[in-house]
Amino acid sequence: MGCIEALKPEVVLSRISFKEAREYIESHAPEVHHVNPGFKLFGEYLIGVPPIAIGIEDDNILFPFTKPCYGTFVLRLKDIAEVERLRLAVSEEMKKAIKGRGKRR
Amino acid sequence: MLKSGGRALLLIGCPEVPVQTSLALYLCSRLRMNGWEVVVAGTGAALKLLEVADPEGHYLSETMDLDDCIAKAVEGEIAFDICFAFMHSDAGVTYGATISSISSARIYALIYGREAEKLAEMVEYDCEKIVAKAVHNPAPLKIRLDKVMGWAA
Repeated sequence: MGCIEALKPEVVLSRISFKEAREYIESHAPEVHHVNPGFKLFGEYLIGVPPIAIGIEDDNILFPFTKPCYGTFVLRLKDIAEVERLRLAVSEEMKKAIKGRGKRR
Repeated sequence: MLKSGGRALLLIGCPEVPVQTSLALYLCSRLRMNGWEVVVAGTGAALKLLEVADPEGHYLSETMDLDDCIAKAVEGEIAFDICFAFMHSDAGVTYGATISSISSARIYALIYGREAEKLAEMVEYDCEKIVAKAVHNPAPLKIRLDKVMGWAA
């Protein structure tokens, strides 16, 4: 996840548990989406315990970031294009899930 | 008892708890003896500890960066039959959950360190938990591992 660090995000919380990061994002972001581990954000695959909460506040993305030796961080990064890509990707995933459920019936 | 052969992944994290390096080399040895192809994915420091301890590669064969391994598994470039996820912290549990979610491998969670039992309660994904309050002495964890794998004498 070196690329995300290179983008110099704002560190909102540091060295917390993954659960604490999820709870913070869910309670502080006005718009929250849930994704699975391996979801691509800022060009990197997300590490996490599913469901991973990602928040959107204005043009910022609030997301968890885990480093093996340091625990989990909550980062905030402004990127309008990534906000739109996130919304689109989540809605596509939802459509696939609904389609999948329909087929099983 | 574990079947022979196939591809095994050892997912190792921060090496601050000494038993990790010892158990990782032990697992490499045991799995290779049983015909498994073993890949160790870890942090730079964790891999260096293994490489320095095994300069001739008697136990260690393929290694890769932890995050590269996750990326390749998501992209479907690599796949494993079994995975041993080492964990002594919340970050270790998080990486274990990730590999459990993106891979179809059977997961063995090796949980150790001073908070091993508390940590084990946080592991809610489908896996075989091998838990011991081991920090400096790898024996308690090795005994439990041998029992689960059918390697006990």
